[in-house]
Amino acid sequence: MQINEHKPLIVAFCCNWCSYAGADLAGNNRLNYPADVKIIRVPCSCRVNPIFVLRAFQRGADGVIICGCHPGDCHYTSGNYYTRRRMTLLFSMLDYLGIERERTRVEWVSAAEGAKFADTMNEFVKKVTSLGENKKLEDLRCKR
Amino acid sequence: MQRVGVFVCWCGSNIAGTIDVQAVSEALKKEAGVVFSTNYQYMCSQAGQNIIIEAIKEHNLTGIVVCSCSPRMHEATFRKTAASAGLNPYMVEIANIREQCSWVHKDMMSGTEKAIILGRAAIAKVNLNTPLTPGETPVTKRALVIGGGIAGIQTALDIADAGFPVDIVEAKPTIGGKMAQLDKTFPTLDCAACILTPKMVDVAQNENIRIFSYSEVTGVKGFVGNFDVTIRKNARYVKEDICTGCGACVEKCPMKKVPNEFNLGMDSRRAIYIPFAQAVPKVATIDPNACNMLKSGKCGICAKVCATGAIDYNQKEEYIQEKYGAIVVATGFNPISMEKFDEFAYSQSCDVITSLEFERLTNAAGPTSGHLVRPSDGKKPKTIVFVQCVGSRCDAYAQKGKEYCSKICCMYTAKHAMLVRDKYPDTEVLVFYIDVRTPGKNFDEFYRRATEEYGVKYIKGMVGKIIPNGDKLIVRGSDLIMDKQLNIEADLVVLAAAIEPDKSARNLATMLTASMDTNDFFTEAHPKLRPVESPTAGVFLSGACQGPKDIPETVSQAGAAAAKVIGLLAKDRLTGNPCVAYSNEIMCNGCSSCERVCPYRAITYEEKESHINRGKLRRIAVVNPAVCQGCGACTVACPSGAMDLKGFASSQIIAEVDAICR
Repeated sequence: MQINEHKPLIVAFCCNWCSYAGADLAGNNRLNYPADVKIIRVPCSCRVNPIFVLRAFQRGADGVIICGCHPGDCHYTSGNYYTRRRMTLLFSMLDYLGIERERTRVEWVSAAEGAKFADTMNEFVKKVTSLGENKKLEDLRCKR
Repeated sequence: MQRVGVFVCWCGSNIAGTIDVQAVSEALKKEAGVVFSTNYQYMCSQAGQNIIIEAIKEHNLTGIVVCSCSPRMHEATFRKTAASAGLNPYMVEIANIREQCSWVHKDMMSGTEKAIILGRAAIAKVNLNTPLTPGETPVTKRALVIGGGIAGIQTALDIADAGFPVDIVEAKPTIGGKMAQLDKTFPTLDCAACILTPKMVDVAQNENIRIFSYSEVTGVKGFVGNFDVTIRKNARYVKEDICTGCGACVEKCPMKKVPNEFNLGMDSRRAIYIPFAQAVPKVATIDPNACNMLKSGKCGICAKVCATGAIDYNQKEEYIQEKYGAIVVATGFNPISMEKFDEFAYSQSCDVITSLEFERLTNAAGPTSGHLVRPSDGKKPKTIVFVQCVGSRCDAYAQKGKEYCSKICCMYTAKHAMLVRDKYPDTEVLVFYIDVRTPGKNFDEFYRRATEEYGVKYIKGMVGKIIPNGDKLIVRGSDLIMDKQLNIEADLVVLAAAIEPDKSARNLATMLTASMDTNDFFTEAHPKLRPVESPTAGVFLSGACQGPKDIPETVSQAGAAAAKVIGLLAKDRLTGNPCVAYSNEIMCNGCSSCERVCPYRAITYEEKESHINRGKLRRIAVVNPAVCQGCGACTVACPSGAMDLKGFASSQIIAEVDAICR
């Protein structure tokens, strides 16, 4: 085992109606996932501006995940469809810039899927840890 | 920058067990803007809330961060606490250190570290909070019910009974809907007309209810509490207020061969007609496609015989504008077309009929005056075969029929079978079924009576083909329990056709911005907890427009929708959610990007005077806070960054990101 294993920093945007409630359910059921994941509550996944994702990477986040209601279940009927399209575009651009695809992700987690939330986070943290630190987009002026 | 107070909750040992709450409150004390930080065993308790209230007063706090359980749990509690100390309730932020921290992390060190970071993010956000006040809009105390079937009738009666004016818009010349066409109703076998027509009369006599028959909704603008609706009253060429419904014109009309849609084309009516004897309003209507006078100007007999002078060949359609506070959709259903089911020979033999046609055939007011005879030769049928699930529960890939269960067919088929055996005890009745589904009060008992007391033969299996053979019909089906093929010689075959939403529903849904499922049934706001509300505020659902339903269910849903409408109309003003979008008019360039993504049509455009060039008008987006639900789709779509969301402003979310990534 490495002595100074890199602890990734992961920002998770969760929609208020499904995924944030799913994260709460994971808590209610005491399903563990790494403390590296920090959740930001947004009303809908479509509130997540691509700028927020870029900002996170610039400030040193190693991974960004956006969680919303399943397609067709959006509280606002169509918000998650916008998320899907916007993030597909953003992620392919980030990929082009050298931010590995695996550092970014959109996942649908319903309010009933506490286990899926925990599993997703466990898997995502593992993946991002294996990729190591995000250096490509990090603005050193913002360095901790 | 606010004067922030931080309150860390232990939640007994729920939080304090895995997080060093003392360390958290100490660490957060150093954050920008924080002037007070403490921790307590139960922040949500009265004693805990008092600590918050005292601190607000003592330290003159302008912002509060509570590090506790999920905001979904106690955000409302702490907002009330803040308000009771004179602080705007929207100056409270919650850091979720229980469900999303202490409960999911076992390690004290990393848990504490994460709790501090989450607290830091909440402080960064609350520093940018602004006091918010929910907007208020007045409510127009009048309801619109679209559809005049049993669902619409019941909803209108219940709303009117509460003292609110209601308008019913019905596309047909009379209200009554499908129920008016039925013979008997399950599970009690009382006649449909006997229980429906008194309700129709109640509607006509209720001074709170107006009926717009032969009319359609053609435009809906506005929002909850303030809908602006355009109703088109089609020309019926008869003055409604003068016509007494005596029927003299109908008797004398020479155009006798018009298919009667009320009897599903099984007999004919005149060009001027009253759909049925108990029609409400009981007023004649001229069918412009059949009337000689309207087509060629040669006739005019009805005008000559009308004693009151009600006939008006020059009548034009009329548009009515009315304001409503709430809209109830009750557009109902129709049986699907049998076009795609040629194997059942529906188009080849008139002795293959649908269940609704059977209703008319056995109805005392129907084309045969209630004599159940074969439509082809008027003879009494000796063997009748009922086929269930025609078009219901179909495979998606078959591209015909519906995937869902139409719900009512099992019960009405049992009813039909019993009615036949009642009238003709010597007629053999066979029912082909996939499953018999009879949940409902006294429903299964009803079905068992059909098989046990009435001797109806139920065969588990589907019919593959029906072949007309002379004056008989050969029904080829399989009996799955006996595992054999059957060839039954039948005199009459009745198909339990699937039901689908009325065709007008889709157009209406677009006008109302109400959502629909893939089958064109209206979607409810929540399938379990808000079953009679549409996701669009102020639009309610009643009856089969929301999904297949029998009469008892329809009536209860109609009552529930009415209760929701009454609850809305009883308010003088509506209080909205203050976390809504707003547009910065200096930055907005009027590009319409936000309008296109708004699912609620909350954004409109106004011409406003330019700030730079005085006198020059600019196109500016304006959000209606009463309609906006605060999803934020527009904020991301806006290329100039003019659109932002109160309570979840871009600057606030970026501050959270920065605080987390520090």
